[in-house]
Amino acid sequence: MTRTRASGRQVGGLRALSLQAPAVTLLLLWMLIPLGMTLWFSLQRYNLLMPGMTGFAGFENYEYLLTDPALWVAMGNTLLLVGWVLAITVVGGTLLAVLFQQEFPGRGIARVLAISPFFVMPTVSALVWKNMMMHPGSGVLAWLFQSLGLPAIDWFSNFPLTSIVIIVSWQWLPFALLILLTALQSLDEDQVEAARMDGAGPLAIFFFITLPHLKRAISVVIMIEMIFLLTIFAEIFVTTSGGPGLATTNLAYLIYIRALLDFDVGVASAGGVVAIILANIVAIFLVRMVARNLEE
Amino acid sequence: MSMSRQPMASRHALPVKQLLLTLLAWSVAFVIFFPILWMVLTGFKTETAAIADPSFIFSPTLESYQAVQARSGYARFAINSVAVAFGSTLLALLIAIPSAYAMAFLPTKRTKGTLLWMLSTKMLPPVGVLVPIYLIFRDVGLLDTRTGLILVYTLMNLPIVVWMLYTFFKDMPKDILEAGRMDGASTFQEVWYLLLPLTLPGIASTGLLSVILSWNEAFWSLNLTSSKAAPLTAYIASFSSPEGLFWAKLSAASTMAIAPILILGWMTQKQMVRGLTFGAVK
Repeated sequence: MTRTRASGRQVGGLRALSLQAPAVTLLLLWMLIPLGMTLWFSLQRYNLLMPGMTGFAGFENYEYLLTDPALWVAMGNTLLLVGWVLAITVVGGTLLAVLFQQEFPGRGIARVLAISPFFVMPTVSALVWKNMMMHPGSGVLAWLFQSLGLPAIDWFSNFPLTSIVIIVSWQWLPFALLILLTALQSLDEDQVEAARMDGAGPLAIFFFITLPHLKRAISVVIMIEMIFLLTIFAEIFVTTSGGPGLATTNLAYLIYIRALLDFDVGVASAGGVVAIILANIVAIFLVRMVARNLEE
Repeated sequence: MSMSRQPMASRHALPVKQLLLTLLAWSVAFVIFFPILWMVLTGFKTETAAIADPSFIFSPTLESYQAVQARSGYARFAINSVAVAFGSTLLALLIAIPSAYAMAFLPTKRTKGTLLWMLSTKMLPPVGVLVPIYLIFRDVGLLDTRTGLILVYTLMNLPIVVWMLYTFFKDMPKDILEAGRMDGASTFQEVWYLLLPLTLPGIASTGLLSVILSWNEAFWSLNLTSSKAAPLTAYIASFSSPEGLFWAKLSAASTMAIAPILILGWMTQKQMVRGLTFGAVK
């Protein structure tokens, strides 16, 4: 096979190049132009409401952004949101994957029901939760709490960020479940059986066989979720609009406020650069892991 | 599916344990699915019944479904969603197939690097490039157009589409294509008459994943469209303004918006995993 290929390698290389050209060129443009513009704008004085005030700003926008208390509140909210959702979905997803791996009647249907929220568009899930689940007057949760003799909670006024965490977790728990359940399917049943014969209890099997087997899948889940969770937007947009105050404003929402509500292109772009840097720290690890996988 | 393994009864000697397990698993599934179930039910209620004490017993009505179409022209948004999701998917497949073909059958030293670089473009957070894209779209008149959204979604999904097609193409036996080449088939004929028919299931599931992702996308649709080209994600967002009784209508509109994708999602779970994790979990 190598001999027939060797003679045509040069031609093949050229053909490969031309076939890939459209995809590569488009992605290159899609990446470089906006990226370059964001960087450029972040160094400019550029506010759509003040057309007269333009020019090179140096690091003024960054200075303004970094000394703006809103940025640090937004950063804190971003980290809390990402941290809590990750903790809930990874721990919950692992436990649920083990549960749904067991055999019980109707397992196929139960699995399908449990992964469904992942296919619901973010604006729908946010509004269904906000109105029909968490509404302090007529929501299902309020009714449930009252039937138990507890006071109803005004979720979005009293626990705004927690409410967002609940909604986002509901969307991403099924994702973790789906990925981890798939990963569990390649678990060596004989190994589990052998451990059981040797007298290992379910806990020992979970911690010494299942969990190590899932290690890689769990880290994939963490990294992919992080990339998406860092820039959660729609769920905040339709429920709290970042409020009350800045209570649910994350980095993505702050950039949106600066760009499309304040029209401050310069500062918004500086925020964009910060978001890109954050995402890239995560992305480097993910790409490395996928690369290692590609070699196998 | 659950009945396929025979030794089940013997392994779980205690029926009580099996019963508890079944109960627990089904309760969990029910709780997770409940908001969707509740939304579907509320869509068939009257607005008064929708805000009354929760109840599974009510006389179903289609009035919310009719009201949604009559008042807001639901169909217009649905058409936008269909056009944008399928338009971007077709375009992405068209650009990705030659590229994935080259990567799978004419690999060079750079192939792996190219694949990984494509993935890395997916890691660029949309909010980081919101400003330039918004301004470019404003200046060239692509704001609030389906064409604009199709372009963005095509590029957004292109890396995943290339990646998935590459893994499907690579699994295909090389001999068949070799044989075709021996018979004097051109690259186009090779792809059109041999590769595409043989990998059709893979191409279809790649396309479905792309449709699902585009259909549910809610960052670009909220920021780049307003009235003309708004797809369902943006339309549903318009229900966020608190004006009067609207839960039944919200539910009816939402049910119609998610039903097709929910069914597609159920059908393509396995391929979803492959695509979403870039093959890192199989």
